[in-house]
Order: sequence, then structure tokens, then C-alpha cells
Amino acid sequence: MKKFALPLVIFLVIAGFLAIGLKLDPREVPSPFIDKPAPAFSLPQLHKPEATISPADLKGQVWLLNVWASWCVSCRAEHEVVTRLARTGEVPVVGLNYKDERDAALGWLRRLGDPYKVSAVDINGDVGIDWGVYGVPETFVIDQQGVVRHKHIGPITDKSVSDTILPLVRKLKGAS
Amino acid sequence: MTRAWLLALLLAIGLPAHAAIETHTFDTPAQEQRYKHLIDELRCLVCQNQNLADSDAELAQDLRRKTYEMVRAGKSDQEILDYMVQRYGDFVLYRPPLKGTTLALWVGPFLILAVGVGVLIRVITRRRAEPTETDDAAELARVERLLAAGKDRKA
Repeated sequence: MKKFALPLVIFLVIAGFLAIGLKLDPREVPSPFIDKPAPAFSLPQLHKPEATISPADLKGQVWLLNVWASWCVSCRAEHEVVTRLARTGEVPVVGLNYKDERDAALGWLRRLGDPYKVSAVDINGDVGIDWGVYGVPETFVIDQQGVVRHKHIGPITDKSVSDTILPLVRKLKGAS
Repeated sequence: MTRAWLLALLLAIGLPAHAAIETHTFDTPAQEQRYKHLIDELRCLVCQNQNLADSDAELAQDLRRKTYEMVRAGKSDQEILDYMVQRYGDFVLYRPPLKGTTLALWVGPFLILAVGVGVLIRVITRRRAEPTETDDAAELARVERLLAAGKDRKA
């Protein structure tokens, strides 16, 4: 019996590591912005190019920044979820229209509906780089003090909204 | 014959290969060297097993442009790497720094090697210590009996 103890322990350790490895998503790179002030920007608005929008305008409230583009297939997939989330009225969703064309972006919103309080236009993706965006869509949760609290990479789902995003929003609102 | 003509036609209207070559001009060869070195050291976050130099992803193109602009602006290597790490975390570096969270990454392989060597040494020494021939008289007698019986049977 003792003879098998060591191989059994080795097997269990390896199996344990592999099981953890299976659950990890290498595409989810932890964001260095969590609990750091949101990078500042001042960008023209999609609907009113003469007006600008900046994170400073949203200070004092919990808000979401959703990075999207009309060319992004996953954004289309998450669009319904974002719409449902915005419709709850619990948290304003600001869009960051990433490396898109204005006409295409406006047409996309006209066709599918516009869940965004306002969309900022990031034509060449510089603000995207400042925010560490690497896989559109991405969604950030920002608190009243303008600190990034959470980042979701890839399309948000009803599950991630109800399990993570909304509870966090409620918690942040309660904390103020 | 028609086939040959079709082939010729196909070859003639072959679409021009789409090759976007980025042309960067540098002030000095040293700048170019630094740019090349940096995009070699930085990882593309979209196609994670490629560096910026190899990757054709949109983001890699943008980050190459950023690197180029910063090299031209006279930023030091460290400033450029810090800029990237600030935005994308240590993951963007192919050579992550040695610190608490990356300790397992740096020490792990050596640790596993040490354990392996330890086990090997133990196995070898134990095998050497094990008596290969038995001193037990009764056992010896039994073996001899068996051998003799085997010989008899063969004969």
C-alpha cells in the first residue's frame, strides 16, 4: 500500500494543477487599473461631435464604460445585454466607440438601439491604449471618486451582469 | 488547350498581394535598433504568443506606432516599457520582473528541478543500499532445491 502512496500524491497534485489550469482563461489579463484612478480623456461625442465627454464629467456617480465598435461581432452579441442593463436604470452606461467610423457607428445604434447615455469617439484608439483595451468589447465599472473597480473582458452576459456587475454597482452606491 | 488559357488568365488577373509594410524613418541607426529591440520584447495581448514585431493584429500595429512615436520623441527604453506596463500590466513584457507575484514563475522551474534531482539521488542510493543477494540460509537452501529440481526436470 505504501508503495502507491507517493505516485498517488504526485498524481493528485498534478491533477489539481491541471484542474485549476482548465478553469483559467489565459485571455483574461488582469487589468493594472483596478483600484486606480480612471485614465483621463476628453473626446468628442458620437451624436454631438462639437461637444466633448470626459470621465471628470461623471464624477460623483457610479458608471460603466463599455468599449464597442460597429465592426466588432462580439459587441453585437452583447448589445442586448447592455441594453437590458441600461434599461434597469441602476447605472449609466457610457460608450467608448473604439476605432470606428462615425456613420457606421451611428447606423449601428439606429438599427440596434442606443443603450448609451453618451458615446465618446476614439478614432485612432489612443484612449483605448490608455485604458489598456486589447479585446473589444470591454466593460469597466468606475466609482464615484473616478476609480476603476472592475474590468470585464469580452462580451458581458446576463450572468456576469447579475453575478458581478450589478452587485458591485449596488455595493459602490451603498458605500457613498 | 482551354485549360492552359484559363490558367494563363488566372495568373494574369491574380490579385495583388496585400502587404502593408510599415515604413518608419529614424533619426539615427541607434533609434532604429532600440525600436526593433522594444517591439521584440513586448508581447501582443491579442495573439498572446507573439511579440509586437511578429503580430499583425490591429492592437499590435497601434502599439508599434506608439513605440515608434516614443522612440522618436526621445523617450528612454525604461520609460517606454513603463508606459506599456502601466496600461497592460507585467503581462506585456516577455521578461517579467522578479517580484512577489512572479516569484513562482522565476523560481518554480529550479524548484522542480531540485525536487527531481533529490528524488533521483534517493532512488539511486536506496537501490545501492539494497542487498542484492540474500543472506538468509533457509532461503538459499530453498533456492538451491528449486534449481536442482529444475535441472532434474530438464534432464
